[in-house]
Amino acid sequence: MAFTIKLNGQDRSVDVEGDMPLLWVLRDVLGMTGTKYGCGAALCGACTVHIDGVAVRSCQTPVSDAEGRAVTTIEGLSRDGTHPVQVAWRELNVAQCGYCQVGQIMSAAALLADNPKPSDDDIDAAMSGNICRCGTYPRIRAAIHRVAAGGRR
Amino acid sequence: MTYHRPIRPAIRNVSRRAFLAGVSAGSFVLSVGLPALAQEKKYAGAGMPNGLREDVKLFVAIAEDGTVTVVCHRSEMGQGVRTSLPMVVADELDADWARVKVAQAPGDEARYGNQDTDGSRSMRHHFMTFRRMGATARAMLIQAAATSWGVPAGEVEAVNHELVHQASSRRIGYGAIAKAAAALSVPASVKLKEPAQFRYIGKEGLPSIDGMDITTGRAGFGIDTRLDGMVYAVIARPPVYGGKVKSFDAAEAMKVKGVLKIVSIDSTPPPSEFGPLGGIAVVASNTWAAIKGREALKITWDDGPNGAYSSDSYKAAMEASVRKPGKVVRNQGDVDAAMAGAARRIEAEYFVPHLAQAPMEPPAAIVRAGDNDCEAWACTQAPQATKTRLAKFLGVPLEKVTVHVTMLGGGFGRKSKPDFIVEAGLLSKAMNGAPVKVTWTREDDLQNGYLHTVSMERLEAGLDASGKLVAWRHRSAFPSIASIFASNMKLPAAFELGMGLVNLPFDIPNIRAETPEAEAHTRIGWFRSVANIQHAFAIQSFVTEIAQALGKDPKDYLLKLIGPARKINPASIGDAWNHGEDPALYPIDTGRLRGVIEAVAKGANWGRTLPKGRGLGIAAHYSFVSYIAVVADVEADDKGTIRIPRIDIAIDCGPQINPERIRAQMEGGVIMGVSNAMLSEITFKDGRVVQSNFDGFEVARMDSAPREVHVHLVPATDYTMPLGGVGEPGVPPVGPALANAIAAATGKRIRQLPMRRQLAG
Ligand code: FES
Ligand code: FES
Repeated sequence: MAFTIKLNGQDRSVDVEGDMPLLWVLRDVLGMTGTKYGCGAALCGACTVHIDGVAVRSCQTPVSDAEGRAVTTIEGLSRDGTHPVQVAWRELNVAQCGYCQVGQIMSAAALLADNPKPSDDDIDAAMSGNICRCGTYPRIRAAIHRVAAGGRR
Repeated sequence: MTYHRPIRPAIRNVSRRAFLAGVSAGSFVLSVGLPALAQEKKYAGAGMPNGLREDVKLFVAIAEDGTVTVVCHRSEMGQGVRTSLPMVVADELDADWARVKVAQAPGDEARYGNQDTDGSRSMRHHFMTFRRMGATARAMLIQAAATSWGVPAGEVEAVNHELVHQASSRRIGYGAIAKAAAALSVPASVKLKEPAQFRYIGKEGLPSIDGMDITTGRAGFGIDTRLDGMVYAVIARPPVYGGKVKSFDAAEAMKVKGVLKIVSIDSTPPPSEFGPLGGIAVVASNTWAAIKGREALKITWDDGPNGAYSSDSYKAAMEASVRKPGKVVRNQGDVDAAMAGAARRIEAEYFVPHLAQAPMEPPAAIVRAGDNDCEAWACTQAPQATKTRLAKFLGVPLEKVTVHVTMLGGGFGRKSKPDFIVEAGLLSKAMNGAPVKVTWTREDDLQNGYLHTVSMERLEAGLDASGKLVAWRHRSAFPSIASIFASNMKLPAAFELGMGLVNLPFDIPNIRAETPEAEAHTRIGWFRSVANIQHAFAIQSFVTEIAQALGKDPKDYLLKLIGPARKINPASIGDAWNHGEDPALYPIDTGRLRGVIEAVAKGANWGRTLPKGRGLGIAAHYSFVSYIAVVADVEADDKGTIRIPRIDIAIDCGPQINPERIRAQMEGGVIMGVSNAMLSEITFKDGRVVQSNFDGFEVARMDSAPREVHVHLVPATDYTMPLGGVGEPGVPPVGPALANAIAAATGKRIRQLPMRRQLAG
């Protein structure tokens, strides 16, 4: 079946089964590998994208649910890596292996769009769905606070 | 749309641009064949399989535009080696960091020397070789500029990517002189910088070389590689180690849209080493179709003898075995006599369950198998083992196997085993050479992995009438990693003994370590910090337990047991392995161990008065020739819920090359230590792993990780000290520090991990 999604501002049509999770549509069908697989069960957040501005787990989002909606992936978060979250992430060298960081950045960007000055508890609530096995949580927290404070200090 | 991105940046491109085309394009290639240091017994990098290479021709290239490319032959898995090795070259070369690039070497130990990225060895073994290669390149650039200007080389300076002759105000960029430099003969010896001149080494603030790619989603991990004509596979593997397929029915699976083929893979019987587990593979036009196809398979398994493996009964058996004598692996003084004469005896048993490495990128690989060759793209910590196993299982000559090393989305030891890459190779063959991507789902990763062992430790202390600890007995039972390589391996290997069991640096007159037998019923593998996990947990918990029994301060008591500052030859206490390092260069220095304890105690303000329900715990452990101490600060509320407001960690790893990444590794080590201690376990029932995803196998998340992690770097006296490891040693002391803190906060002593189980109810 054909589905059309507004992917990073452009209409994209794919001909796939309606139950195929958006994650695999992005990665395997469209070749956009920025969005990661980590668990396939909404338990790790590696696959986080925005749909209509809300952070969702693309591994649990059938493409049929994304039909006609605006999907933003890391490839579209900014043109050149200059979204304030991406900048803060680099300034604090947040990433270790980097694999989870796309999902972390997408979750953090959604959090900050919604709540520009999150408290530590807000960060816990919004970010605990994203696992980082390398253990970058202290820097993720610091980077979110940095963005909230207006960037580099 | 096609999106074809094998690994970037590939070493082959570098070769073409800077080595081959470079001859005419003016690129600069240096070759220094510094003779290997004469050594009787080989230690460190030279003692590794295929040794150590130091050859500028291979590792450094300068292009006409001035771009310096440094080849990284170690796998990047978050430790920052793709930044740290180029940093070292850039510093000695006086290069501008903005013009330094890294190229990932393919697997080829004949060219690059040992490439196994494990054992916390990369900087320890390669700091000096990379320094010398950078300095050699600088010396040759200087000579070339001096010759072209007709001035003495001593008057030419290398300053930030330029050669400068002050007296005549002349300057030339590295790229412009590179060709002339390449034509010069290589100096026999080079002068290294004085540490005071370092601009990158030991300094903070350099951005990670992969930071932009990672934050924009462009970094290429193993699972991200795409090739034209590629197909996707997932595999139903035997749920029990040593099991195989009895019968299967693929009719329903073949009906799933996108499924292309069902392929049966032979199981490698135990000890299966790095061989595939076998099973039934579903090859499809995308990963989702392959997953759905696998769900539709009907398979009857022949479980084999491990079908009875159950964690509950195994634990009971291990408990029984540590209560009886085992093989004596260290014997100092007369423990039996001292125990018999002791005025007081204290004993305790500690348990650590199986753990899965669970890197966020599960094992994944792409292989294209030709008739007589094969090419792999994989997130591997062991490129050479990948090469040799592909050659073996595909029946192609070793020299016809190409292994491209991608970025690794975490490794932690799992990706030292190339079984998943062999699977992709076998499937590509079955698909007539079409490139096949094998993806392990998270369920596969947890249920068919190479787990951290399971262990029971029994500790006994004998105290004399004055309260002095005079006898120490430690029995450690756990299935060995050696069991994946040979049958009937029921005792630990030397390297496992040298991970905190025999090399206990305590000043106690009578010490005995014993290892009762323990049989493996699943694949046991390396897990970040390996056997140090259970040994540190038991020993460092026990020290605080004794201190508490005697009413002493745990930190003071730990220092007392370590005793005065002295240098211990590890071989003299039963550790002939010593992490592969020369005992003369790397004795166990109890002064340094004391030093990190003092540093962490100061950093954490040890001894401060705490409100009710709050407690501090301390632990220290020597591993990977580095010294680490940890103080955990925990808080228990009325309901007994534990929070971890803060953990402090101090490390003395000798000279610090990239302090910023050392901090990151300590932060990550602490958080992995928290996962191990508080949350994670893999258990078996009927030979099968019970947990299947991150709901059952829990790991630390933002809300369960410590709110603050404070890292204290103990400075080295100078850069002539040998380097210690960084990637792994942060993990082991975290568990006991937490158990000790929880005991201090709640009065409850927990000796079995994960602690969440004992805290509930
Ligand atoms: S892959 Fe979607 S939440 Fe883990
Ligand atoms: S940086 Fe490696 S999993 Fe988060």
